[in-house]
Amino acid sequence: MSETPLLSVRGLRKHFPITGGVLAREVARVHAVDGVSFDIAEGETLGLVGESGCGKSTTGRCILRLIEPSGGEVLFRGQDVTRLDRKALRALRRDMQIIFQDPFASLNPRHTVGGIIGEALEIHNLGKNRAEREARIVELLETVGLRPDHMRRFPHEFSGGQRQRIGIARALAVEPRLIICDEPVSALDVSIQAQVINLLEDLQERFNLTYLFIAHDLSVVEHISDRVAVMYLGRVMEIAPSRELYDNPRHPYTEALLSAVPIPDPRIKRKRIMLQGDVPSPINPPTGCHFHPRCPIAEKHCSQEAPSLRETSPGHWVSCHVRG
Amino acid sequence: MAGSTPASISADLPGAAAEAQTKPVSRALDAWRRFRRHRLAVVGLVVLSIIVFGVVFGKLLWPLSMSSIDFSASLAPPSLAHPFGTDDLGHDLLARMIFGGRISLAVGLAAMLIAVGLGVLVGAVAGTAGGRIDTFLMWLTDLFLALPQLPLLLLIIYLFRNTLVHFFGEEGGIFLIVVVVIGALRWMSIARLVRAQFFSLREKEFVEAARALGASRLREVIHHMLPNTIGPIIVAATIEIANAIIAESTLSFLGLGFPPDVPTWGRLLYDGRNYLDLAPQWAIFPGMAIFLTVLSISFLGDGLRDAFDPRRVL
Repeated sequence: MSETPLLSVRGLRKHFPITGGVLAREVARVHAVDGVSFDIAEGETLGLVGESGCGKSTTGRCILRLIEPSGGEVLFRGQDVTRLDRKALRALRRDMQIIFQDPFASLNPRHTVGGIIGEALEIHNLGKNRAEREARIVELLETVGLRPDHMRRFPHEFSGGQRQRIGIARALAVEPRLIICDEPVSALDVSIQAQVINLLEDLQERFNLTYLFIAHDLSVVEHISDRVAVMYLGRVMEIAPSRELYDNPRHPYTEALLSAVPIPDPRIKRKRIMLQGDVPSPINPPTGCHFHPRCPIAEKHCSQEAPSLRETSPGHWVSCHVRG
Repeated sequence: MAGSTPASISADLPGAAAEAQTKPVSRALDAWRRFRRHRLAVVGLVVLSIIVFGVVFGKLLWPLSMSSIDFSASLAPPSLAHPFGTDDLGHDLLARMIFGGRISLAVGLAAMLIAVGLGVLVGAVAGTAGGRIDTFLMWLTDLFLALPQLPLLLLIIYLFRNTLVHFFGEEGGIFLIVVVVIGALRWMSIARLVRAQFFSLREKEFVEAARALGASRLREVIHHMLPNTIGPIIVAATIEIANAIIAESTLSFLGLGFPPDVPTWGRLLYDGRNYLDLAPQWAIFPGMAIFLTVLSISFLGDGLRDAFDPRRVL
């Protein structure tokens, strides 16, 4: 790992207000992201896992400022993204890109593939003239494994996997350093998932890309990530190198999550850790540690004081009073 | 055929040979090809073209004066001398319809453009800005919807008619006021339509992707949101033309629109209603003209909507 991280997120928060009544007063808040911190080094892949609604995607969108964060810092090469004005933000868009989950919703149905990829070039004035831009689009299509003549076609003429490739080509067009992959394979068939994952890995090697890989599929994340962060109800519970996290989970939530991963061998029996109850509402999250009401090893002070991330072994950070 | 588009299910995997032969087709040509597949739209286009042609060049083909009075042929049924018959003063109805059609069509088109322009503007601003601006604009829309339109029309026309007539001449001034008044009272449904579409499009990932690429608000609206709203707008616009033609006749009937000697289609229809038993042609021909125009415009609209939607396999 390099000295200064490419991206470091510090205490990121996003609270969505819920308004009600005649005067549209704020009656409550959804604590979607509630103090998330992590670093990503250049060329690294950080996996971000957690169940639906835990704030993974919101975190990703806050980093890009597609959603305005309510608090905290997002430092990209030491520059605080949350404070950038419009012009500086646009310049930053060249460095950070996003790949979306749903390849059917993420491409404008009325634009051709060439138009979709070319838009990035147009916005940032890349390429001197039309011919140069077209050459670049062809190059990008070939990079992601599509054919040059696909340029004149419309998104609906492609399969899900091909569309996801178009989305990747669009993100690559501006030569970004960091790509936020927001569940890029969740909507695809398993056979296609592998192709797209391999493509992402190839591209990372070729262009020295850095990924924040958001997913709920633990096996996919284990495969692609160098390090993994586990989120629960808007907070990071544990961050560790991929191997370490899967072999030696510290946090009780991570343990429970990993025990739910199916093993492709019916003879192997494993003890499933069944958590009691449901995920509490992010509108009124539990006091102290967000996980304490469902935690099998919770102690008295877990409900009073929120634990912070502590390094238990080199590179392995856990947010737990008992295990930390 | 050259531009056939495979359905999404059958889109080939890279490397499949078959699709390599398909030639790229320009978008206008492709739209025209799609349009032609829409039978009713083509019929609509033909009928509308005939009507427009007849109204514009009909004077040359049928040189009879629309205002020559011939009491000997009063209320005459259709004949060779008067193909559409005559009215109570012996005016030739065909000549009158040719003249009046210009005004009716022009009013319909111009009022539609104003209504669509205003509606899209208000809807797009409300749909993109949100918050207080949206609340205000929707309040304004509701206000216009709730306004008692007829008293308001009376007021506006009494207030401004003479000034406008003074500046733009009798016909020009009245045309302007009629068009503006009709357009200005019919944008609300379009504004709501556009706003609702924008609200749903705003959350779409492809709009978010454009934002992530650094697209400006304006670019988002022009390149991504408006093109995806065009279908409903076209349909609403065709309905607006029809409504405007009919609204103009209502105004004329109330004595608020064009003077009685200007035979717009609506005017002819209303004048003819008293003679339905003696001279049905007086009402039937203008009625048919309005009906055919409205119907063909609406088919045309359907065809256009489909022609500009690349998702449709036609």
